[in-house]
Amino acid sequence: MSNGCECGCGGKDEKLEKIREVIAKCNGDKSQLIHVLNEVQELYGYVPTYVQKVISDEMDIPMAEIYGVITFYSRFSLEAKGKYNISVCLGTACYVKGSQAVLDKVKEILGIDVGGVTADGKFSIEQTRCVGACGLAPVMTVNNDVYGNMDPSKVKDILAKYE
Amino acid sequence: MEKVNITIDGVKMEVPSTYTILDAAREAGIDIPTLCHLKEINEIGACRMCIVEVEGARGFATSCVMPVSEGMVVRTNTPAVRDARKVTLELLLSNHDRKCLTCTRSGNCELQALAEKLNITDIEFEGEMTDGELDELSPSIVRDPKKCILCKRCVAMCKKVQNVGAIDTINRGFKSKIGTACNKSLNDVPCSLCGQCITACPTGALREKDATKAVWRAIADPDTYVVVQTAPAVRAAIGEEFGMPIGTLCTGKMVAGLKKLGFDKVFDTNTGADLTIMEEGTELIHRIQNGGLLPMITSCSPGWVRFAENSYPELLGHLSTAKSPHQMFGAILKSYYAEKQGIDPKKMFVVSVMPCVAKKAESEREEMKVNGLRDVDAVLTTREAARMMKEAGINLAILEDEQFDDPMGEATGAAVIFGTTGGVMEAALRTVSEVLTGKELEKLEFEDVRGEVNGIKEATVKIGDLDVKVAIANGLASATAIMDMIEKGEAPYHFVEIMACPGGCVTGGGQPIHDAKTRATVDIHGLRKAALYEADKGLKRRKSHENPVIKQLYDEYLEQPGSHKSHELLHTTYHKREYFND
Amino acid sequence: MKTLAELNEIREKTLSEISLRTNRNYTGREKHILVCGGTGCTSSHSKEIIANLEAGIKANGLDNVRVIRTGCFGLCARGPIVVVRPEDTFYAMVKPEDVDEIIEKHLKNGEIVERLLCKDVDGTLVKSLDELNFYKKQHRIVLKNCGLIDPENIDEYLAFDGYKALEKVLTSMSQDDVIKEISDSGLRGRGGAGFPTGRKWQFAKASENEQKYVACNADEGDPGAFMDRSVLEGDPHTIVEAMAIAAYAIGANKGYVYVRAEYPIAVQRLQKAIDQAKEYGLLGENIMGTDFKFDLEIRLGAGAFVCGEETALMESVEGRRGEPRPRPPFPAVKGLFGKPTLLNNVETYANITQIILNGAAWFSSIGTEKSKGTKVFALGGNINNVGLVEVPMGITLREIVFDIGGGVPNGKEFKAAQTGGPSGGCLPAEHLDTPIDYESLSAIGSMMGSGGLIVMDDSTCMVNLARFFLDFTVDESCGKCPPCRIGTKRMLEILERLVNGKGKEGDIEKLETLAMNIKRSSLCGLGQTAPNPVLSTIKYYRDEYEAHIKEKRCPAGECKAMTKVVIDKEKCKGCSACSRKCPVNAISGEIKQPFEIDQDKCIKCGVCIATCPFKAISRV
Repeated sequence: MSNGCECGCGGKDEKLEKIREVIAKCNGDKSQLIHVLNEVQELYGYVPTYVQKVISDEMDIPMAEIYGVITFYSRFSLEAKGKYNISVCLGTACYVKGSQAVLDKVKEILGIDVGGVTADGKFSIEQTRCVGACGLAPVMTVNNDVYGNMDPSKVKDILAKYE
Repeated sequence: MEKVNITIDGVKMEVPSTYTILDAAREAGIDIPTLCHLKEINEIGACRMCIVEVEGARGFATSCVMPVSEGMVVRTNTPAVRDARKVTLELLLSNHDRKCLTCTRSGNCELQALAEKLNITDIEFEGEMTDGELDELSPSIVRDPKKCILCKRCVAMCKKVQNVGAIDTINRGFKSKIGTACNKSLNDVPCSLCGQCITACPTGALREKDATKAVWRAIADPDTYVVVQTAPAVRAAIGEEFGMPIGTLCTGKMVAGLKKLGFDKVFDTNTGADLTIMEEGTELIHRIQNGGLLPMITSCSPGWVRFAENSYPELLGHLSTAKSPHQMFGAILKSYYAEKQGIDPKKMFVVSVMPCVAKKAESEREEMKVNGLRDVDAVLTTREAARMMKEAGINLAILEDEQFDDPMGEATGAAVIFGTTGGVMEAALRTVSEVLTGKELEKLEFEDVRGEVNGIKEATVKIGDLDVKVAIANGLASATAIMDMIEKGEAPYHFVEIMACPGGCVTGGGQPIHDAKTRATVDIHGLRKAALYEADKGLKRRKSHENPVIKQLYDEYLEQPGSHKSHELLHTTYHKREYFND
Repeated sequence: MKTLAELNEIREKTLSEISLRTNRNYTGREKHILVCGGTGCTSSHSKEIIANLEAGIKANGLDNVRVIRTGCFGLCARGPIVVVRPEDTFYAMVKPEDVDEIIEKHLKNGEIVERLLCKDVDGTLVKSLDELNFYKKQHRIVLKNCGLIDPENIDEYLAFDGYKALEKVLTSMSQDDVIKEISDSGLRGRGGAGFPTGRKWQFAKASENEQKYVACNADEGDPGAFMDRSVLEGDPHTIVEAMAIAAYAIGANKGYVYVRAEYPIAVQRLQKAIDQAKEYGLLGENIMGTDFKFDLEIRLGAGAFVCGEETALMESVEGRRGEPRPRPPFPAVKGLFGKPTLLNNVETYANITQIILNGAAWFSSIGTEKSKGTKVFALGGNINNVGLVEVPMGITLREIVFDIGGGVPNGKEFKAAQTGGPSGGCLPAEHLDTPIDYESLSAIGSMMGSGGLIVMDDSTCMVNLARFFLDFTVDESCGKCPPCRIGTKRMLEILERLVNGKGKEGDIEKLETLAMNIKRSSLCGLGQTAPNPVLSTIKYYRDEYEAHIKEKRCPAGECKAMTKVVIDKEKCKGCSACSRKCPVNAISGEIKQPFEIDQDKCIKCGVCIATCPFKAISRV
């Protein structure tokens, strides 16, 4: 089962094939685990268990160690994020300019907490520590769109764009 | 070796330059507290208990990993050091489930001992505790994360020493805990159940799944005929639970203690071990003579069997089909012995006292049943057996020796050495050699096959015209090395002995637990092993095929080794195990 | 593979094409439009600006105009930034739709588009970059190429003396010469602790091993700091070159750059720089015809602040959880993959080529007695000129905040500056005239840190700020050692108690005891510095802590739990509008009589304040 596709497409798991290629390029170099996981995160939006198993088998790293690495680094997630992932920066520069209030507003409107996904799978919220756009503080991003100089009153209109 | 001069707490000393401050302090009789340190296994400097002051250095030094250097001046007992250790320990305790009174490790807990030593009378910094659910689904091991102090000794044991990696640190920061992949139960991950994590744990966060209650119930039931058998390694260690020196052989006292507990009969698993040699030896001869799959690998260690099923399913054909000694013995007790004594096997309850926690899971296997009856109904670790004796007010140390019960109590020296690495091999060679050549051995000791802890030993033994190539491996990292050789077709052996636990059963996962300092300074394996070899030497019969009970058993019941009946009762099968498929 | 002669040819040719960017006396007809392509400006659509410019230039047949996507100019608050050279016109906050006007007026008719010109903080229109107060006190060594060259074009890097330092080192200096030059320069590590760089190189060289590594710490985890990212985005070749020099000096032939995965632009440009350097033979075998060989590889982090700690970084490069290792053994003896390793941070490396080319004496003439050279700071928070500045060591905080930073916006008062991020401390107004260097900052309870400098105005509660940093530390602690894992959590619990109005007598002392022991006992730098924000705020703002505990009052008015919403009896007309809107029915009263708020029920949502037609309700 671990070799088949579990994404529901019924056919060949192209993403998994790609990950196998990434692993193959590592030539058994276990120090590339984080690189491989970054690719999985990028491709799937999270790190599914069956992909962890493929990595474990092919790179000869125990599942528990892989899980330990995934749960150590905040970039990796174990569950799929929403179609639109909203990220509010809580870095110092954004925080002192009121990003907490922005985050609270997003949570209030979507009715979910940080780390959660809305029931329809559309939105998820996460908090980040500095995206490096401190000149635009406070910053909120929706997938790759960056919204600078945020204040809570702008949240509703921005989210409406993605409805 | 290069030496350096150092001063610790005013004591001037000359020590090898390879020493850490902790090594030197121990040599000087200065006690530095430690928690995470397990010599040569876990040297990560994490727990911060062993901090000391080094003159001229910025901040505290971590004595367990800091090497000594010429002219170093160390102070292990200053107000700042004491304060810092105390605060760190209080913090650990503030995140520890302090139910000491009902903890299996009470009285043998390094954390508890340290709290006493550091004079902790109050915990100033209470707060939220890290989440963690009790995991008792595994038939062998219970994990209680709320008692875990994250010293990672278990992880090092599982990953580094045993090459299993079933557990690891997961999450980050305050949420960190020792866990399994995908937060599953230990039962649902490729754990070999060797239990070395338990003996590495300084607290009660890891322990065996309790069987004492079930055994007490059976003993209390007048309709149940309760038989107990004891593995060879138990007698070399159980005395330690009663304050006897490490490696005291106390076979007679152990038998006396078990009889006092109320068992109807006390037998010796060694009888089963002699039987194993007959079956396994015959299988080996058969494989050699008929071009069977070689090397053949022993199957007495259930931790090893589980590991093979988890990691090398395609090589399971190499494992001997012989059941492990206590399972064979259980099967014989419920058939031959029951028939002979006129006991209804359904009313028989067989208890094994084992140095092992994997035996608990082994005894629950479907393959370990004959006619729907389990060969062995409950497995107690050495520790649990001692606990039951304590509960019954029995002090094993002062008991008079007693003998195993007849008729199943007779066993040979070959069987007793099963308890240490190389023992099964040596026992097998004594028998196989004489059976194959028909000549009596001049020297019984096969010293070449007596293994070292965590190593692989190879030897070539001449049996008649045949050069029998053997290997002995203990610890699952060594097992991995052997299996990788076999996988590549590079293993030149006829016969391989593998024990899951480093050092074999004497240092098994069910044996008495000693603290890290004792482990670092006393050769626990060496002392217990010596006790077994001493027992072997003291016995009249030292070859399994000379055991009269075994001879009688074949004559009266099994016909011959490898017979149809033998296979029914004494052999088993193995299967691939899969995980993470949900 | 280019020979030294070929490299020189490229330098000369390219310089002749781009010197108009620096030559104010240029009289030709060529124009270069430099558009910031840093993360901040890219987020505000500088890519679209470039696309529009290029399309417009093509459509209008302006064959004398080139558009260059550069690295960061520094004044991020006014981004996206567009600079036209040689005249040096500085357009700020440009939108993609402004491009037509720039083309029409400026490029075609030579008229400056006044409405897009940058205004200084005092409101004066600034025509050229040099006129901005923001740049006047800066001294650019590390950032010298940022905003000047196209970071994706190795030829432009070569034109401004690129890879000349490496050439000098390989052709005329011994390993010891290089180390001596760096030592004599007085350069100290810019990652935070300020360890002398030359000595670090010396240790790594002294470690004997066939395999050694150099590594670059680009895991800029300090929230609010983006110096390293800007260097990688604006001038990646300087890092490649410096690492090659370091590798030569210590005897290494392989390097790793550990970069945050959150910096995609930096990663992509650095990779491009590495590829170009390989193509030109500046990485690989027989570099510049010598027998020196060196290869460079990028390793991505995955979101863990602790990986900025050197041993944690190495664990992470090796593919494991970023849990620090005990030292000794130090990385210079046993680092990456157990081999001797030299690790410096991005900004440290960014000084190397200039020291080699201009000499140790030049470098050590800048700065103070013990802190030489410059320091890059990321200015953020409640300050007008949010952005990146490079200043000589020894400059005062006042100069940075007020002269360069343009002071605090919205008419508020400066309260404190925070340096060193979660490891640093707060500097109150009384220390505004402290010269910035390693020693003086630690003497007043902060640290240089990697260079984040966050300004806070008088509406910031210092207890809550300490809570914010501890929350960060608890989240980012690796969990390996108990003082940091449990101790910071206990500190956070106390601080949470405080900001929620539940502080107890003795809490400050408890915080101090914990802080001191966590600092002394923790395994790594993260834990050893984690209590600093608490200690420094207690030191300078103890009265605020005491007000939270004894009076259950937040003097800055930031801690919501401690504010009360009250009705001014004088102003209330008893209209009941507020009580009808209150979501928790906390307001009651008789019509035409003053109403009252039940403080036990009130959730401080403020709906009533907005509802009251007589402005009778306020927070106190």
